[in-house]
Amino acid sequence: MNLFCFGLNHRTAPIEARERFVGHAQTQVLLRDLGCHEVLLLTTCNRVEIYAAADRSILSEHLAQSLRIDGGSSSKEDLDAFYRMENAECARHLFRVASGLDSMVVGETEILGQAKRAYESARASGSAGPLLHRLCQRAFRVAKHVRSKTQVTRGPVSVGSVAVDLAGKIFGDLRGLKVLVLGAGETSEKTLRALASRGVSDLRVSNRTPARAEELANQMEGIAVPFATWLEQCREIDILISSTAAEAHLLTPPLLVPVLRDRADRPLFIIDIAVPRDVAPEVNELDGVYLYDIDSLQEIASESLELRRQQLVAAEAIIDEHVVDFQKYLVRVDTGTRPTSDCPTGVSGTLRTSES
Amino acid sequence: MDRQLLIYATLCYLAAIIRTVVSLRARVFRRSRVVFLSIALGFVLQTAFLSLRGHALGSCPITNLFEVLVFLAWSIALIYMLIGTAYRLSLMGAFTAPLVFLLQITALVLPIDTSRAFRVSPNPWLEFHASISIIAYGAFALACVAGAMYLVQERQLKTHQLRSIFYHLPPLPNLFSAMTRLLWFGFILYSAGLISGFFVSEPLPWTKIALAIAIWVLYGAILQSRYLRWVAPRRVATLCMIAFAIALSLLWSIEFVGHRA
Repeated sequence: MNLFCFGLNHRTAPIEARERFVGHAQTQVLLRDLGCHEVLLLTTCNRVEIYAAADRSILSEHLAQSLRIDGGSSSKEDLDAFYRMENAECARHLFRVASGLDSMVVGETEILGQAKRAYESARASGSAGPLLHRLCQRAFRVAKHVRSKTQVTRGPVSVGSVAVDLAGKIFGDLRGLKVLVLGAGETSEKTLRALASRGVSDLRVSNRTPARAEELANQMEGIAVPFATWLEQCREIDILISSTAAEAHLLTPPLLVPVLRDRADRPLFIIDIAVPRDVAPEVNELDGVYLYDIDSLQEIASESLELRRQQLVAAEAIIDEHVVDFQKYLVRVDTGTRPTSDCPTGVSGTLRTSES
Repeated sequence: MDRQLLIYATLCYLAAIIRTVVSLRARVFRRSRVVFLSIALGFVLQTAFLSLRGHALGSCPITNLFEVLVFLAWSIALIYMLIGTAYRLSLMGAFTAPLVFLLQITALVLPIDTSRAFRVSPNPWLEFHASISIIAYGAFALACVAGAMYLVQERQLKTHQLRSIFYHLPPLPNLFSAMTRLLWFGFILYSAGLISGFFVSEPLPWTKIALAIAIWVLYGAILQSRYLRWVAPRRVATLCMIAFAIALSLLWSIEFVGHRA
């Protein structure tokens, strides 16, 4: 029995190539016709991968063709973008993928949910048998192990997620917070979206160009407020995201101190994304005010990413242990001594049945 | 035998501290069951010690400064076990263990255990007054610990230097809420202790009464100033720490005065 993985990802192929090989409704049928007894298709925005078990080796051209959405023929350049791993290396690859070590952002956890959904889908359709079941369950266990024993998923790694984490520590519950966006740039929009995804619902946008403020406010289901009133708004809001093109500081301690008196100890989180900065750094020295500029946010994101990278060695060591263990299982399967009791409910037949 | 129990309890708290320090030095701070279990075991041993002492004395074991310090350390551990889990502030253990360790090591090292030849006549009001006051001290100590956690977290947010502990510390509002609740809890217990002191039949030295009232006024002032929003949360956290340092030194004075009187 040959367990293998075949696919491409963000490192081996550009998006144009990945778009052509996303798989389709007939992929699993084609793979079964090619001789695969068990099939699992993992497709995300960054990767398309087939995990399969077959009695004999299947040509890469045929596997690539089964994924091709337009039915056209694949060039050598297309095929070069694919990777192929077998048996223990296939297991190692899935363990790394599920743990987020193979992701564009090291340690991201979304991939684990995607892998679980891919497995559930394959299990429901009957295309995942005992071998893939064992492989996937082990991969999910490895991912959990890596997550709990290392810091590889720790810390925010984008400006938006840093802002969300900081807001969480400053305010606790983000629901009910009021946010004002001053100047509607791309990063401020992303940050606003990140906050909105965590329950912030009172969104206000203020811009020198009212039409732009209206546009972003409509997109985010917020309200546009006149630019002339932004300082007054600071009496009510909890988070200020500033990204105007002003050449001088818009907000200084003398301007903010009278505003703070009306805030009754409520903290004010200021995210200054503008370059040059909109908010004077001295504002951070005021009680209850937490000012972060773009450099501070990016530095925190970089530190988190670096910490995650430092944890890679420990994570790989955990994966090594599981790969060795899984390899023993594969040997038992080949020699026919594998216990047959590890079939999940809903997966029909034993390995022997699926092989026949 | 009873001192041995106390030594083992102190070692448990030391183990909790070492576990925390190792995590911090590795820059990979992780919430650990070891810390909680070490404190829990330390608490059990402290309870056993106090129980043995109590039986030997025939009264609540707070008859000298040694026992008062141990009882205070026990109260802190007790309130941590109740509050730490109730408010999901399990990281409080990492901050509580050093304080308890310090109190117990002071009790063990200094020659202040004079209880063997000392017996107190049974006086329920006196025992209630003393024990409830010390438990109130335990709450003030935990408020001080919550204040320290608040200041650590606030400092990290202000300076943008986020250590790995940042992600484990609760949000500022949660810490502030725990701090104020502990202050109120301690204040109410302390008030009860103070009032019960007036029912003690034996005369108490006026300096002892004056110092006890001074501590009550100090904590009352902190709570009142917070209620009126005269001071910002960060300053309340600082005041919690200063107030506990003062209260602890006054506790020493009260005991000293009590024994000299």
